Amino acid sequence: MSGTHSHTVAFVRDTMLPEQDPPASEVGAVGWMRHNLFSNWFNSILTIASIAAIYFVLAAVIPWILSPTWEGTSLSNCRETLAAAGHGDAHGACWGVIKERWIQLIFGFYPSHLYWRPIAAFVLLGAALAPVLFSDKVPSQLLIFSALYPFIFPWLLWGGTIWMPIAALAGFVIGGLLFKVLSEKASTLIGVIVAVATAVIWWLFLAAPVAGIVDSILPIGIEAVESRKFGGFMLSVTIGVVAIACSLPIGIVLALGRQSDLLIVKYICVGFIEFIRGVPLITLLFVASTLLNIFMPPGTNFDIILRVLIMVTLFASAYMAEVIRGGLAALPKGQYEGADSLGLNYWQAQRLIIMPQALKISIPGIVSTFIGVFKDTTLVSIIGLLDPLGLSNAIRADANWNGIVWELYGFIALLFFVFCFSMSRYSMYLERKLQTGHR
Amino acid sequence: MKKSVILGAMTFAGLAAGAASAGTLDDVKARGKLNCGVTTGLVGFAAPNANGEWEGFDVAVCRAVAAAVLGDSNAVEFVPTTGKTRFTALASGEIDMLARNTTWTFSRDVDLKFEFVGVNYYDGQGFMVPKELGVSSAKELDGATVCIQTGTTTELNLADFFRSNNISYEPVPIETNAEAQQQYLAGACDVYTTDASGLAATRATFDDPAGHVILPEIISKEPLGPLVRHGDHEWGDVVRWSLNALVAAEELGITSANLSEMAAGTENPEINRLLGTEGTLGEMLGLSADWAKNAIAAQGNYGEIFAKNIGEDTPVGLARGLNAQWTEGGLLYAPPFR
Repeated sequence: MSGTHSHTVAFVRDTMLPEQDPPASEVGAVGWMRHNLFSNWFNSILTIASIAAIYFVLAAVIPWILSPTWEGTSLSNCRETLAAAGHGDAHGACWGVIKERWIQLIFGFYPSHLYWRPIAAFVLLGAALAPVLFSDKVPSQLLIFSALYPFIFPWLLWGGTIWMPIAALAGFVIGGLLFKVLSEKASTLIGVIVAVATAVIWWLFLAAPVAGIVDSILPIGIEAVESRKFGGFMLSVTIGVVAIACSLPIGIVLALGRQSDLLIVKYICVGFIEFIRGVPLITLLFVASTLLNIFMPPGTNFDIILRVLIMVTLFASAYMAEVIRGGLAALPKGQYEGADSLGLNYWQAQRLIIMPQALKISIPGIVSTFIGVFKDTTLVSIIGLLDPLGLSNAIRADANWNGIVWELYGFIALLFFVFCFSMSRYSMYLERKLQTGHR
Repeated sequence: MKKSVILGAMTFAGLAAGAASAGTLDDVKARGKLNCGVTTGLVGFAAPNANGEWEGFDVAVCRAVAAAVLGDSNAVEFVPTTGKTRFTALASGEIDMLARNTTWTFSRDVDLKFEFVGVNYYDGQGFMVPKELGVSSAKELDGATVCIQTGTTTELNLADFFRSNNISYEPVPIETNAEAQQQYLAGACDVYTTDASGLAATRATFDDPAGHVILPEIISKEPLGPLVRHGDHEWGDVVRWSLNALVAAEELGITSANLSEMAAGTENPEINRLLGTEGTLGEMLGLSADWAKNAIAAQGNYGEIFAKNIGEDTPVGLARGLNAQWTEGGLLYAPPFR
């Protein structure tokens, strides 16, 4: 066929035209704008209006942010600086307050020579979470550290003798051993009941005295820090991390309990979930801060932050239970039946078949509950704990900084955004990773 | 309904705590620290500084009591309380005393089972308006929009004042003082009303303080003072007389500058009794003989504390007014130390 071309008829083109560049109006920035911003007259008007709006906002905000007041020592000093720098109408942020108080906003009243402890606690938190969050990239031996971390974390933050966390850990060891022995000798149910009861008795009555005795023999410890010294972002992150870490397992148990065939278990779970979800978090916090104080025997000193931690955890667990129940409900019945047909018992079926799928389905819901809980920690300012929002009020009560609002809230919002946005991004990463294409 | 529940809870709290704290003084000595309830932040009265140390007029009272009891003005654990949590914190024993610009009223003293041991600041509710409004008296405020903090006695006082003067107003409810400043400056209300000390502190933060006037009318009595639980009279006496010692020290001319000199012994027997070189006043309180000396050494006498935290040289800039000594036309009158 190669000779065909020499005999072609005149009106049939025999050579390809050279490729030409696409018209300038269709490619590059111009083309993109024509397609996306100015595709018809209505969109063009919207585009111009939006650009104008953005311009006006930025024109007001950027000079405000770029204000030369990092060295300001008080609000009036900032105003003088701004007037001297020729910022019209003294319009500009007073960043001196952030420069002076950012450490306080982050660490609260924690003793300054011990700042390494909360920092270490949160760096180690990353190390402890890594094998859980990025299971494909981190050696799984690190999981041992993750399991020990719940005992290291409070010890680093509150300090005191090292025997207390060890005694708390011993409760789990005792319970686990009892369960192992009894479930072989007697039944699993008896094993569970005895193990849990022994562990609880150990924690409530024996752990503290035993830790005290061992400590008097072999005192190893670090300087203790009272809960009252906790404040600022550290307090928010502490409450958030504990509530998030504890609410997921409790939520799973509650969700399973709600679907259980055991009548008492089922109604305890339903009652708990509906009660907690029916009550605002503020109410629970008030109960924690005032009512509990009254109802407890006189003279008991039940740590206020511990009370708040328990309440926020319970609150988050109830929501978590419902999110996970949603995941369980979304699983086709065939999955349960398939597990049964394989001869798996209840816990095996949950662990190997049901939960991996149910949790995967619930990831967006779980993470938004986490983010919600983290942001809800700011409510503790209402009961007089100095979280970042409470501290912003306390900072304004300094005569130098009275009247400063936007700078403080802006800084706090930025810090919260960093945390919440990373959690949200992580959840998207996890969804992509676990995507198995079943849709 | 809601109120009666709260009051019921408070009463219960009072009963439970009354049984619990028969000896607050002993508790404080054993603990080595005074738990003092303060506000979460009010300009001039209590606020943490950049190092996390609490400062202010109410804080100074806590420090004086701690110095009197424990000999160390830093042996105080400051417990920030809000308007909602302050009374339960005191009733439940979480704090030993409350120094949180709390108005001494009948129902708080009698019904809530607390004991106000004195007054450290005589306040009253006032009004602030922009100068350009051209108002010179609160009685000219007919039809004004008023920024008012909800759930406070100021709200009730405001209603009383306008009703008794037969003029109308439109309230703009707000939650915090910071919000009030923003609303007022943005023109959401014509008038801002709160305690006169708070108005002065707020006005001091404005870009143009001279553009706003505080009207002469003071429409309520707000005696602010420290309080303790009902029924523990030994502890109540300690707090009461620590406060009185600060007031008496100013009257007798004892300052932090001449304190050590005076404590060596003077011609004035009352000074000697107060500072413990004569008599056994400290022993009667269950404290050391130099209790009052320590209390005064903490932050100076009443006048010095006032000048340092809220006086005319501070940004708050309050005049002594009612809070001057009785010899100078004020209301401060410490009973004799004898």
